[in-house]
Amino acid sequence: MTPTPSQTIGPFFGFALPFADDATAVPSGSTDTLRIEGQVLDGAGDPMPDALLEISENEQFARCRTDAEGAFHFIVHKPDEAFFNVTVFARGLLRHLNTRMYLPGQEDAVLSSVDPKRRHTLVAQLEGESLRFDVRLQGPDETVFFAID
Amino acid sequence: MASELEFEPPYLFPDYRATELRAPQQQLVKLPREWFHQARGPVFGRIPVRQEDADLTTQHAGAPLGERIIITGRVTDSGGRAVRNTLIEVWQANAAGRYIDPVDDHPAPLDPNFTGAGRCLTDDEGVYRFVTVKPGAYPWRNHANAWRPAHVHFSLFGPSLGSRLVTQMYFAGDPLIPHDPILNSIPDERGRSLLMARFDLDTTIPEWALGYRWDIVLRGGGATPMEQG
Repeated sequence: MTPTPSQTIGPFFGFALPFADDATAVPSGSTDTLRIEGQVLDGAGDPMPDALLEISENEQFARCRTDAEGAFHFIVHKPDEAFFNVTVFARGLLRHLNTRMYLPGQEDAVLSSVDPKRRHTLVAQLEGESLRFDVRLQGPDETVFFAID
Repeated sequence: MASELEFEPPYLFPDYRATELRAPQQQLVKLPREWFHQARGPVFGRIPVRQEDADLTTQHAGAPLGERIIITGRVTDSGGRAVRNTLIEVWQANAAGRYIDPVDDHPAPLDPNFTGAGRCLTDDEGVYRFVTVKPGAYPWRNHANAWRPAHVHFSLFGPSLGSRLVTQMYFAGDPLIPHDPILNSIPDERGRSLLMARFDLDTTIPEWALGYRWDIVLRGGGATPMEQG
Protein backbone atom coordinates (compact mmCIF):
# COMPACT_ATOMS: atom_id res chain seq x y z
CA MET A 1 0.00 0.00 0.00
CA THR A 2 1.28 3.47 -0.85
CA PRO A 3 2.18 5.51 2.23
CA THR A 4 0.05 8.61 2.72
CA PRO A 5 2.02 11.59 1.38
CA SER A 6 3.43 14.24 3.66
CA GLN A 7 2.34 17.90 3.80
CA THR A 8 3.84 20.83 5.67
CA ILE A 9 3.09 21.34 9.35
CA GLY A 10 2.17 24.92 8.34
CA PRO A 11 2.49 28.02 10.52
CA PHE A 12 -0.43 27.44 12.91
CA PHE A 13 0.51 24.37 14.97
CA GLY A 14 1.61 26.34 18.02
CA PHE A 15 -1.75 26.11 19.80
CA ALA A 16 -2.03 22.38 19.24
CA LEU A 17 1.23 20.45 19.36
CA PRO A 18 3.14 21.88 22.34
CA PHE A 19 2.29 20.17 25.67
CA ALA A 20 3.29 20.68 29.30
CA ASP A 21 7.07 20.37 29.83
CA ASP A 22 7.39 19.15 26.27
CA ALA A 23 11.04 20.13 25.93
CA THR A 24 12.05 18.12 29.00
CA ALA A 25 12.71 14.47 28.22
CA VAL A 26 13.50 13.52 31.82
CA PRO A 27 11.24 13.24 34.89
CA SER A 28 11.08 16.38 37.05
CA GLY A 29 13.75 16.49 39.75
CA SER A 30 16.17 14.45 37.66
CA THR A 31 19.85 15.00 38.20
CA ASP A 32 22.71 14.66 35.73
CA THR A 33 20.70 16.35 33.03
CA LEU A 34 22.06 17.97 29.91
CA ARG A 35 20.71 21.16 28.40
CA ILE A 36 20.76 21.41 24.62
CA GLU A 37 20.28 24.79 22.97
CA GLY A 38 20.22 25.82 19.36
CA GLN A 39 18.60 27.74 16.57
CA VAL A 40 16.91 26.73 13.35
CA LEU A 41 18.09 28.89 10.44
CA ASP A 42 16.93 29.25 6.84
CA GLY A 43 18.93 29.78 3.66
CA ALA A 44 19.24 33.51 4.30
CA GLY A 45 20.67 32.77 7.73
CA ASP A 46 17.49 34.07 9.31
CA PRO A 47 16.06 32.37 12.38
CA MET A 48 12.91 30.33 11.78
CA PRO A 49 10.28 31.14 14.41
CA ASP A 50 7.85 28.54 13.08
CA ALA A 51 9.71 25.25 13.32
CA LEU A 52 9.03 22.28 15.58
CA LEU A 53 11.77 19.90 16.65
CA GLU A 54 11.45 16.48 18.18
CA ILE A 55 14.30 14.49 19.68
CA SER A 56 14.21 10.88 20.72
CA GLU A 57 16.50 8.18 22.05
CA ASN A 58 15.25 4.97 23.70
CA GLU A 59 12.86 6.11 26.45
CA GLN A 60 13.57 9.80 25.93
CA PHE A 61 11.28 11.97 23.82
CA ALA A 62 10.90 15.74 23.76
CA ARG A 63 9.36 18.34 21.52
CA CYS A 64 10.11 22.06 21.23
CA ARG A 65 8.63 24.78 19.10
CA THR A 66 11.13 27.47 18.13
CA ASP A 67 10.62 30.95 19.57
CA ALA A 68 10.78 34.35 17.86
CA GLU A 69 14.59 33.98 17.61
CA GLY A 70 14.32 30.55 16.04
CA ALA A 71 15.70 29.15 19.29
CA PHE A 72 14.88 25.84 20.94
CA HIS A 73 16.13 23.96 23.97
CA PHE A 74 15.87 20.47 25.41
CA ILE A 75 16.58 18.97 28.82
CA VAL A 76 17.75 15.37 28.51
CA HIS A 77 19.83 12.64 30.06
CA LYS A 78 23.01 11.62 28.33
CA PRO A 79 21.86 9.14 25.67
CA ASP A 80 22.74 5.44 25.88
CA GLU A 81 23.86 5.70 22.29
CA ALA A 82 26.14 8.27 20.70
CA PHE A 83 23.33 10.47 19.44
CA PHE A 84 19.74 11.68 19.57
CA ASN A 85 17.41 11.35 16.59
CA VAL A 86 16.21 14.80 15.60
CA THR A 87 13.14 15.45 13.46
CA VAL A 88 12.53 18.90 12.00
CA PHE A 89 9.13 20.23 10.95
CA ALA A 90 8.40 23.75 9.67
CA ARG A 91 6.28 25.91 7.48
CA GLY A 92 7.85 25.58 4.05
CA LEU A 93 8.99 22.00 4.66
CA LEU A 94 6.65 19.83 2.63
CA ARG A 95 8.26 16.78 4.24
CA HIS A 96 9.95 16.66 7.61
CA LEU A 97 13.69 16.24 7.89
CA ASN A 98 15.56 13.55 9.82
CA THR A 99 18.95 14.21 11.32
CA ARG A 100 21.03 13.20 14.33
CA MET A 101 22.69 15.15 17.09
CA TYR A 102 25.88 13.44 18.23
CA LEU A 103 27.46 14.23 21.56
CA PRO A 104 30.93 15.75 21.41
CA GLY A 105 33.59 13.09 21.01
CA GLN A 106 31.11 10.36 20.08
CA GLU A 107 31.29 8.55 16.79
CA ASP A 108 29.62 5.59 15.11
CA ALA A 109 29.42 3.95 11.69
CA VAL A 110 26.82 6.40 10.40
CA LEU A 111 28.77 9.47 11.46
CA SER A 112 32.01 8.14 9.98
CA SER A 113 30.23 7.43 6.71
CA VAL A 114 29.32 11.11 6.31
CA ASP A 115 31.50 13.41 4.18
CA PRO A 116 34.19 14.64 6.63
CA LYS A 117 33.60 18.24 5.49
CA ARG A 118 29.97 18.06 6.61
CA ARG A 119 30.34 15.83 9.66
CA HIS A 120 30.59 18.77 12.08
CA THR A 121 26.96 19.72 11.34
CA LEU A 122 25.87 16.59 13.21
CA VAL A 123 27.93 17.16 16.35
CA ALA A 124 26.82 19.30 19.29
CA GLN A 125 29.42 21.63 20.80
CA LEU A 126 29.98 22.17 24.49
CA GLU A 127 29.25 25.80 25.30
CA GLY A 128 29.61 26.57 29.01
CA GLU A 129 27.27 24.19 30.81
CA SER A 130 25.14 23.49 27.73
CA LEU A 131 25.41 21.74 24.42
CA ARG A 132 24.93 23.87 21.31
CA PHE A 133 23.33 22.37 18.19
CA ASP A 134 22.09 24.55 15.34
CA VAL A 135 20.03 23.30 12.42
CA ARG A 136 20.74 24.99 9.08
CA LEU A 137 18.39 24.12 6.25
CA GLN A 138 20.64 25.61 3.54
CA GLY A 139 24.01 27.26 3.06
CA PRO A 140 27.67 26.28 3.40
CA ASP A 141 27.05 24.62 6.76
CA GLU A 142 23.77 22.98 5.77
CA THR A 143 22.96 20.27 8.29
CA VAL A 144 23.28 16.72 7.03
CA PHE A 145 19.79 15.23 6.71
CA PHE A 146 19.08 11.55 6.25
CA ALA A 147 16.72 9.95 3.74
CA ILE A 148 15.09 6.57 3.50
CA ASP A 149 16.51 4.98 0.33
CA MET B 1 11.16 1.32 -3.75
CA ALA B 2 11.49 4.63 -5.53
CA SER B 3 7.87 4.34 -6.61
CA GLU B 4 6.65 5.24 -3.13
CA LEU B 5 8.49 8.54 -3.28
CA GLU B 6 6.81 9.59 -6.52
CA PHE B 7 3.78 10.23 -4.38
CA GLU B 8 5.66 12.47 -1.97
CA PRO B 9 6.13 16.21 -2.48
CA PRO B 10 9.64 17.44 -3.27
CA TYR B 11 11.40 19.66 -0.75
CA LEU B 12 11.74 22.49 -3.27
CA PHE B 13 8.48 23.54 -4.90
CA PRO B 14 8.78 27.20 -5.97
CA ASP B 15 5.00 27.68 -6.35
CA TYR B 16 4.97 27.29 -2.56
CA ARG B 17 7.32 30.17 -1.90
CA ALA B 18 8.32 29.28 1.63
CA THR B 19 10.16 26.22 0.27
CA GLU B 20 12.78 28.38 -1.47
CA LEU B 21 14.85 29.23 1.59
CA ARG B 22 13.97 26.08 3.50
CA ALA B 23 14.42 23.15 1.11
CA PRO B 24 17.80 21.52 1.71
CA GLN B 25 20.12 22.04 -1.25
CA GLN B 26 22.44 19.15 -0.53
CA GLN B 27 21.47 15.63 -1.42
CA LEU B 28 19.95 13.89 1.59
CA VAL B 29 22.28 11.18 2.87
CA LYS B 30 20.69 7.81 2.24
CA LEU B 31 20.48 5.42 5.12
CA PRO B 32 19.07 1.95 4.59
CA ARG B 33 15.30 1.76 5.05
CA GLU B 34 15.89 -0.93 7.67
CA TRP B 35 17.61 1.71 9.74
CA PHE B 36 14.53 3.90 9.81
CA HIS B 37 12.08 1.07 10.20
CA GLN B 38 13.97 -0.69 12.94
CA ALA B 39 14.85 2.46 14.80
CA ARG B 40 12.18 2.73 17.41
CA GLY B 41 9.90 5.72 17.02
CA PRO B 42 9.53 8.40 19.66
CA VAL B 43 7.94 7.25 22.90
CA PHE B 44 4.99 9.60 22.81
CA GLY B 45 3.41 8.47 26.08
CA ARG B 46 4.18 11.81 27.75
CA ILE B 47 1.67 13.54 25.48
CA PRO B 48 -1.58 13.42 27.42
CA VAL B 49 -4.57 11.86 25.63
CA ARG B 50 -8.00 11.85 27.23
CA GLN B 51 -11.08 10.17 25.77
CA GLU B 52 -12.77 13.56 25.34
CA ASP B 53 -9.87 14.96 23.29
CA ALA B 54 -11.30 13.22 20.21
CA ASP B 55 -14.39 15.45 20.25
CA LEU B 56 -13.48 19.01 19.26
CA THR B 57 -17.11 20.15 19.63
CA THR B 58 -17.38 19.61 23.39
CA GLN B 59 -14.29 21.40 24.71
CA HIS B 60 -16.16 24.58 25.74
CA ALA B 61 -19.39 25.67 27.40
CA GLY B 62 -21.35 25.75 24.15
CA ALA B 63 -21.32 24.08 20.76
CA PRO B 64 -19.13 25.60 18.04
CA LEU B 65 -20.64 27.15 14.94
CA GLY B 66 -20.35 25.26 11.68
CA GLU B 67 -21.17 21.99 10.05
CA ARG B 68 -20.66 19.17 12.58
CA ILE B 69 -18.67 16.32 11.02
CA ILE B 70 -17.18 12.96 11.93
CA ILE B 71 -13.79 12.04 10.47
CA THR B 72 -12.90 8.39 10.79
CA GLY B 73 -10.66 5.86 9.12
CA ARG B 74 -8.11 3.13 9.59
CA VAL B 75 -4.36 3.49 10.05
CA THR B 76 -2.30 0.71 8.53
CA ASP B 77 1.33 0.13 7.60
CA SER B 78 2.50 -0.37 4.02
CA GLY B 79 1.71 -4.06 4.36
CA GLY B 80 -1.92 -3.36 5.25
CA ARG B 81 -1.57 -4.29 8.91
CA ALA B 82 -3.42 -2.21 11.50
CA VAL B 83 -1.27 0.29 13.39
CA ARG B 84 -2.69 -0.04 16.89
CA ASN B 85 -2.55 2.31 19.83
CA THR B 86 -0.71 5.04 17.98
CA LEU B 87 -1.17 8.73 18.72
CA ILE B 88 -2.96 10.99 16.25
CA GLU B 89 -2.91 14.75 16.82
CA VAL B 90 -5.16 17.01 14.71
CA TRP B 91 -5.51 20.77 14.40
CA GLN B 92 -7.58 23.01 12.16
CA ALA B 93 -9.22 26.38 11.54
CA ASN B 94 -12.75 27.02 12.75
CA ALA B 95 -15.78 27.08 10.44
CA ALA B 96 -14.99 30.68 9.49
CA GLY B 97 -11.46 29.80 8.39
CA ARG B 98 -9.70 31.25 11.44
CA TYR B 99 -7.16 29.47 13.64
CA ILE B 100 -7.10 30.29 17.33
CA ASP B 101 -3.30 30.45 16.99
CA PRO B 102 -2.02 33.99 17.71
CA VAL B 103 0.05 33.82 14.52
CA ASP B 104 -3.17 33.87 12.44
CA ASP B 105 -4.25 37.41 11.60
CA HIS B 106 -7.00 36.57 9.09
CA PRO B 107 -9.89 38.93 9.91
CA ALA B 108 -12.49 36.18 10.30
CA PRO B 109 -14.16 35.65 13.68
CA LEU B 110 -12.83 33.38 16.38
CA ASP B 111 -15.38 31.04 17.89
CA PRO B 112 -15.36 31.08 21.71
CA ASN B 113 -16.62 27.50 21.62
CA PHE B 114 -13.91 26.10 19.36
CA THR B 115 -10.19 25.56 19.87
CA GLY B 116 -9.55 23.26 16.94
CA ALA B 117 -7.08 20.80 18.46
CA GLY B 118 -7.69 17.13 19.22
CA ARG B 119 -5.92 13.86 19.99
CA CYS B 120 -6.77 10.19 20.02
CA LEU B 121 -5.18 6.75 19.96
CA THR B 122 -6.01 4.21 17.29
CA ASP B 123 -7.88 1.13 18.54
CA ASP B 124 -7.02 -2.55 18.07
CA GLU B 125 -8.12 -2.40 14.42
CA GLY B 126 -6.11 0.77 13.77
CA VAL B 127 -9.31 2.83 13.66
CA TYR B 128 -9.50 6.47 14.74
CA ARG B 129 -12.49 8.80 15.00
CA PHE B 130 -12.80 12.54 15.57
CA VAL B 131 -15.89 14.71 15.92
CA THR B 132 -15.35 18.31 14.83
CA VAL B 133 -16.76 21.03 12.59
CA LYS B 134 -15.82 21.42 8.96
CA PRO B 135 -12.97 23.95 8.76
CA GLY B 136 -13.39 27.00 6.53
CA ALA B 137 -11.10 28.02 3.70
CA TYR B 138 -8.80 30.96 4.42
CA PRO B 139 -6.54 33.33 2.48
CA TRP B 140 -2.75 33.32 2.67
CA ARG B 141 -0.10 35.51 1.15
CA ASN B 142 1.74 33.00 -1.02
CA HIS B 143 0.53 34.58 -4.26
CA ALA B 144 -2.24 36.93 -5.46
CA ASN B 145 -5.70 35.82 -4.30
CA ALA B 146 -4.34 32.68 -2.66
CA TRP B 147 -6.76 30.60 -0.57
CA ARG B 148 -6.13 27.33 1.20
CA PRO B 149 -8.77 24.67 0.61
CA ALA B 150 -10.48 23.41 3.76
CA HIS B 151 -8.13 21.00 5.52
CA VAL B 152 -7.36 19.31 8.81
CA HIS B 153 -3.73 18.83 9.89
CA PHE B 154 -2.81 15.32 11.08
CA SER B 155 0.28 14.17 12.98
CA LEU B 156 0.93 10.44 13.51
CA PHE B 157 3.78 8.51 15.11
CA GLY B 158 3.50 4.81 14.26
CA PRO B 159 6.01 2.30 15.59
CA SER B 160 9.27 3.45 14.03
CA LEU B 161 11.23 6.54 13.15
CA GLY B 162 10.33 5.94 9.50
CA SER B 163 6.60 5.87 10.16
CA ARG B 164 6.38 9.43 11.51
CA LEU B 165 3.92 11.43 9.40
CA VAL B 166 2.66 15.01 9.42
CA THR B 167 0.18 15.76 6.67
CA GLN B 168 -3.11 17.46 5.79
CA MET B 169 -6.48 15.95 5.00
CA TYR B 170 -8.65 17.65 2.37
CA PHE B 171 -12.30 17.29 1.37
CA ALA B 172 -12.81 15.67 -2.05
CA GLY B 173 -14.52 18.04 -4.46
CA ASP B 174 -13.37 21.28 -2.79
CA PRO B 175 -13.19 23.85 -5.63
CA LEU B 176 -9.96 25.33 -4.23
CA ILE B 177 -8.04 22.07 -4.60
CA PRO B 178 -6.71 22.70 -8.15
CA HIS B 179 -5.36 26.09 -7.04
CA ASP B 180 -3.45 25.02 -3.93
CA PRO B 181 0.33 24.80 -4.36
CA ILE B 182 0.82 22.91 -1.10
CA LEU B 183 -1.39 20.01 -2.19
CA ASN B 184 -0.25 20.25 -5.82
CA SER B 185 3.38 19.92 -4.78
CA ILE B 186 2.55 16.20 -4.88
CA PRO B 187 3.29 15.49 -8.54
CA ASP B 188 0.96 12.59 -9.13
CA GLU B 189 -2.84 12.76 -8.98
CA ARG B 190 -2.88 9.33 -7.32
CA GLY B 191 -0.74 10.74 -4.53
CA ARG B 192 -3.00 13.77 -4.09
CA SER B 193 -6.07 11.55 -3.99
CA LEU B 194 -4.61 9.79 -0.94
CA LEU B 195 -5.16 13.00 1.03
CA MET B 196 -8.87 13.28 0.19
CA ALA B 197 -11.54 12.48 2.76
CA ARG B 198 -14.68 11.12 1.11
CA PHE B 199 -18.20 11.81 2.24
CA ASP B 200 -19.68 8.60 3.60
CA LEU B 201 -23.37 8.15 4.25
CA ASP B 202 -22.75 5.12 6.46
CA THR B 203 -20.57 7.20 8.79
CA THR B 204 -23.13 10.01 8.77
CA ILE B 205 -25.35 10.07 11.86
CA PRO B 206 -28.94 11.05 11.01
CA GLU B 207 -29.98 14.47 12.27
CA TRP B 208 -26.60 15.00 13.93
CA ALA B 209 -23.37 14.97 11.86
CA LEU B 210 -22.02 14.34 8.34
CA GLY B 211 -19.50 11.53 8.05
CA TYR B 212 -16.18 11.50 6.20
CA ARG B 213 -13.79 8.61 5.78
CA TRP B 214 -10.05 8.92 5.41
CA ASP B 215 -7.62 6.00 5.72
CA ILE B 216 -3.95 6.57 6.45
CA VAL B 217 -0.96 4.40 5.47
CA LEU B 218 2.25 4.79 7.45
CA ARG B 219 5.60 3.91 5.91
CA GLY B 220 7.07 0.60 7.01
CA GLY B 221 5.99 -2.97 7.52
CA GLY B 222 6.01 -3.78 3.83
CA ALA B 223 8.31 -6.70 3.23
CA THR B 224 9.50 -7.80 6.64
CA PRO B 225 7.42 -7.95 9.79
CA MET B 226 8.38 -5.26 12.26
CA GLU B 227 8.02 -4.87 15.94
CA GLN B 228 4.84 -3.25 17.13
CA GLY B 229 5.65 -0.28 19.31
